[in-house]
Amino acid sequence: MEYPNLTYIEQLARGDQKIRATLIDVIKTEFPEEKQDYYDSLEKKDYKKIEENVHRLKHKISIFGLEKSYELANTYEHNLREKNRDGAEDFEQILTTITAYIKTI
Amino acid sequence: MNCIIIDDEKLARTIIKTLCDEIDSLHVLAEFPNALQAIKYLNENEVDLIFLDIHMPDFTGFDFVKTLKNPPSIVLTTSDPKFAIEAFQYDCIVDYLLKPVATDRFKMAVQKAKKYQAIESKTSETINDDSDYENDFYINIDRRLIKIDIPSIYLVEAKGDYIHIKTEDKNYTVHSTLKKIEEKLPESLFLKIHRSYIINLKKIVDIEDNSVLIKKDVIPVSRSKRPELMKRLDLL
Repeated sequence: MEYPNLTYIEQLARGDQKIRATLIDVIKTEFPEEKQDYYDSLEKKDYKKIEENVHRLKHKISIFGLEKSYELANTYEHNLREKNRDGAEDFEQILTTITAYIKTI
Repeated sequence: MNCIIIDDEKLARTIIKTLCDEIDSLHVLAEFPNALQAIKYLNENEVDLIFLDIHMPDFTGFDFVKTLKNPPSIVLTTSDPKFAIEAFQYDCIVDYLLKPVATDRFKMAVQKAKKYQAIESKTSETINDDSDYENDFYINIDRRLIKIDIPSIYLVEAKGDYIHIKTEDKNYTVHSTLKKIEEKLPESLFLKIHRSYIINLKKIVDIEDNSVLIKKDVIPVSRSKRPELMKRLDLL
């Protein structure tokens, strides 16, 4: 089981607390919005939108250093192109993990 | 270098902006969440570099590149390596960064963009140099202004207060000096090989010892001008 981390953010900020805070602030604002967009598109069964939202969330997953989760999200994104929802459960579990994590940062 | 950032994701834009801020020579002029806003901006503003996300809803990065008539350097940013091959189709795309973008890799991309810009400006200087001269000029003969097509001139000969201009179609005698006409002729095409002769280098038939055969005229080459003439020839 892998856990989210801030290694990438710390590398970018290079000790600058202002930059670190800005980046975390953007994540805290944008991630819940994108997650909501994902569930909204899911409800509408709009596969194109679901795929787009997964794609955007994928970047956040990589920012948190979740390499295996990133691969799962990638597979899910590809499945969605075929209107296949295999991998949704794993993906949504990743979202739950990140949601819990960003409350701690 | 002035740049803009186009990405539908705010975090991605903020990361690129943070990386740009680390490079003194890079100035972020604006950020856009979609390509359409960027197109509007580019219609009124000049930029040297664009950091462009490929995967955007409605209007992709590639759609955007296709709309640009004179594209600046573009660095693609994407989570997907599969677009790399398509990126090769565009000369203006100088690099391809995979998200999350690493600092060192970002710096390398900026260096590539700078090199591309330097090559582009050199090319454009060369084009401008060549177009610095007009393709023709007018001579006054018996109160008549006659247009002379510069590339058609193969020889100009000084004779006292007059010069003979020999062209593919016709020869003209004009009251002028070799110095005056020399100023009108492009250096890339013409060379003064003797105090009395200017030749069009493209029209040389052959060179033997200290003379040049140009059309049917045998023209002497000054000893002092010979090295320059030899330098200008495209020798096998």
